[in-house]
Amino acid sequence: MTALTALCTLLAVGALLIILSYIAWQGIGSLNLQFLIDRPRPVGEGGGIGNAILGSLVLLAISSVIGLPLGISVGVYLSEVGTGRFAGAVRFMVDTLTGIPSIVTGVFVYAVLVLPMKHFSAFAGGVALALIMIPIVARTTEEMLKLVPHSLREGALALGAPQWRVTLGVIIPAAAPGIATGAMLAIARISGETAPLLFTAFGSRFFPSSLNEPIASLTVQIYNYAISPYDEWHAQAWAATLVLMVLVLGINISVRFVTRKRF
Amino acid sequence: MPVETVAPKIELPKKRDDSVLVQKSSTVKVSVHDLNFFYGRAQALHNISLEIPERIVMAFIGPSGCGKSTFLRTLNRMNDVIPATRVDGKVLIDDHDIYAPGTDVVELRRKVGMVFQKSNPFPKSIFDNVAYGLRINRITNSSSELAGRVEQALKDAALWSEVKDRLKSSALSLSGGQQQRLCIARALAIRPEVLLMDEPASALDPIATSKIEELIFDLKKQYTIVIVTHNMQQAARVSDTTAFFLLGKLIEVNTTEKMFTAPNEKLTEDYITGRFG
Amino acid sequence: MDLHRHLDDELSSLRDRVLLLGGEAEQALDRAMYALSERDSDVARQVLDHDDQVDQLEVEIDRQCIDIIALRQPAARDLRFVISVAKMAPVLERIADHACNIARAALDLNNEPELKSAMDLNQMSEHALGMLRAALDAFTSSDAIAARQVIKSDTEINDLYNHTFHRLIELMVTEPATATRDARLLFVAKHLERIGDYVTDICELTVYMAEAAFIKHTT
Repeated sequence: MTALTALCTLLAVGALLIILSYIAWQGIGSLNLQFLIDRPRPVGEGGGIGNAILGSLVLLAISSVIGLPLGISVGVYLSEVGTGRFAGAVRFMVDTLTGIPSIVTGVFVYAVLVLPMKHFSAFAGGVALALIMIPIVARTTEEMLKLVPHSLREGALALGAPQWRVTLGVIIPAAAPGIATGAMLAIARISGETAPLLFTAFGSRFFPSSLNEPIASLTVQIYNYAISPYDEWHAQAWAATLVLMVLVLGINISVRFVTRKRF
Repeated sequence: MPVETVAPKIELPKKRDDSVLVQKSSTVKVSVHDLNFFYGRAQALHNISLEIPERIVMAFIGPSGCGKSTFLRTLNRMNDVIPATRVDGKVLIDDHDIYAPGTDVVELRRKVGMVFQKSNPFPKSIFDNVAYGLRINRITNSSSELAGRVEQALKDAALWSEVKDRLKSSALSLSGGQQQRLCIARALAIRPEVLLMDEPASALDPIATSKIEELIFDLKKQYTIVIVTHNMQQAARVSDTTAFFLLGKLIEVNTTEKMFTAPNEKLTEDYITGRFG
Repeated sequence: MDLHRHLDDELSSLRDRVLLLGGEAEQALDRAMYALSERDSDVARQVLDHDDQVDQLEVEIDRQCIDIIALRQPAARDLRFVISVAKMAPVLERIADHACNIARAALDLNNEPELKSAMDLNQMSEHALGMLRAALDAFTSSDAIAARQVIKSDTEINDLYNHTFHRLIELMVTEPATATRDARLLFVAKHLERIGDYVTDICELTVYMAEAAFIKHTT
């Protein structure tokens, strides 16, 4: 039995290692400093993904600013209030939203933001990503808050703390590492989203100058380069993929590091 | 010739008054009248009436599920946090009905502190744990006074000497017995008048337990203490009066000495002699 | 794990033992008085030989009481019972000791010519035996009312003792030849009077056991 599970583990881990090493092997060739800081240039002139990296970071920032507070608040609501028909409805909707394909979210934001504004924008991209992020963060926040032992709540209440104080001052700090983990993992997840950005942020060949304009992102750039007919751009796509992988791995590893047990 | 000797006067020990309640101050601190308590439709407490005098230790004993913890929690309205509970009857603390509409529950809980069965220190430093109640009740603005209150509370809980050099370290690094004393210090810091203890030593080893019991003995000089315990010997050791509960009813209240040598009710005697439950 | 059944068994066994001791005391007194009134020295010697067993029984009861208290922490009624038994055993043993003293007096008196005044003592000893039996019955059925009755009847023994005392003193003065024998009889009367007092102690313990009332030194 142990041998069987060990074999399956090896297969799964092996697959991951194969992916990582293949990407690294393919992408490392085109990877250099110039590549990382330059913006895309016409075929034959080199160019890089500097604007895409920056664009991804900007989109992550916008979506985090919108999505994290909202998601955490919903999570807090569901955990602390939790009962009653309204809460039940909210929980159901959150669960449903988790399952919505990201392209649907993208199309929705297209219809609701991009069309009225009459242009693509980083802001719309951020909103789309936030909409994907909120249900994930809400659910993990709720779970983490639920894990806080009820006895801590009672202990604080028995000292004369009103409910809101207990939540803010005792429960959330106690669950903070877990909530942070959930947030970081949500960020890592949406950093790999492509479809919603196609209709919202759209993509750009230039460095971002305002949030009201289309913006490049690693994922869209990889998509564009990959479906192009040029070998040079294919190579750049591989390199960009490698960069994206490193970014996601970096977020995951730093989450582990930052939330190691202190208290 | 007979020698005159003067026999030394023998000091006989003072006659012990049978009724502890008469001996101590007869001010009633907590007075419960016809209390009924419901979890949803199920009735957990039936017509409980009880008086708890000031500055004594009263033990609540009874088999599991008899309602003693539920009743304890009605005294500081901790049952309010459980949904669908209902209280019928009066609980007077210092002659104020704590279930009257408009009662400040926060103030009530400052006055009536609680220590739980499983110690529940916050994942903060030792200092911050004890200071928590002081901070949220905004008892003092001066940080030196705060430190002073924390120190006093830790001394009252017989923990100061063990932690005075590491107030900033995590409360979770303490042993089980120390954590429980920390929770007691945390409750004492805000200077309650009544201290409710729900099986405070049941999760502790005998040495830690005896430390807690000694502490209770010291504390009763200042506080009115109500302790729920399933350990009858502990009730006998620690309390002045004992109340026996069964199936949500109060069967008997008596001085502890009477309770364990000659209780009034047969049910009480059956329980105490181990003949059921 | 029926702990209280173990306790019940132990309490039963303790009760059986103490009643056995009571029976031994009763029998010792009965036989000692028989040895005296029927001038039977063999019976007197039997009483004396048997006393070791009685002492042994008392020690066993003592030990069992301590064990029960240490290991079972009896409470309320059970505690009162064990404490009462622990106090009662030495009293019963002392009754048996006094019976032995009577037996020794019988041995001495049987070596000398018969004395008419021995008859008076039979009344006293009947009364003492009756009291002892009633006290043990009251203990067995935890009957405080019966126990109180027995305590009242101690006055009769005291009265009989006073009467016997004066009679024997009178005899010692008027018939110096039998003075030694009369003196021995006086001591026997004293033993019987003491037995009456001990039986009172047993009854007070019974009242405590049944009602949790301390009536020592008040009656």
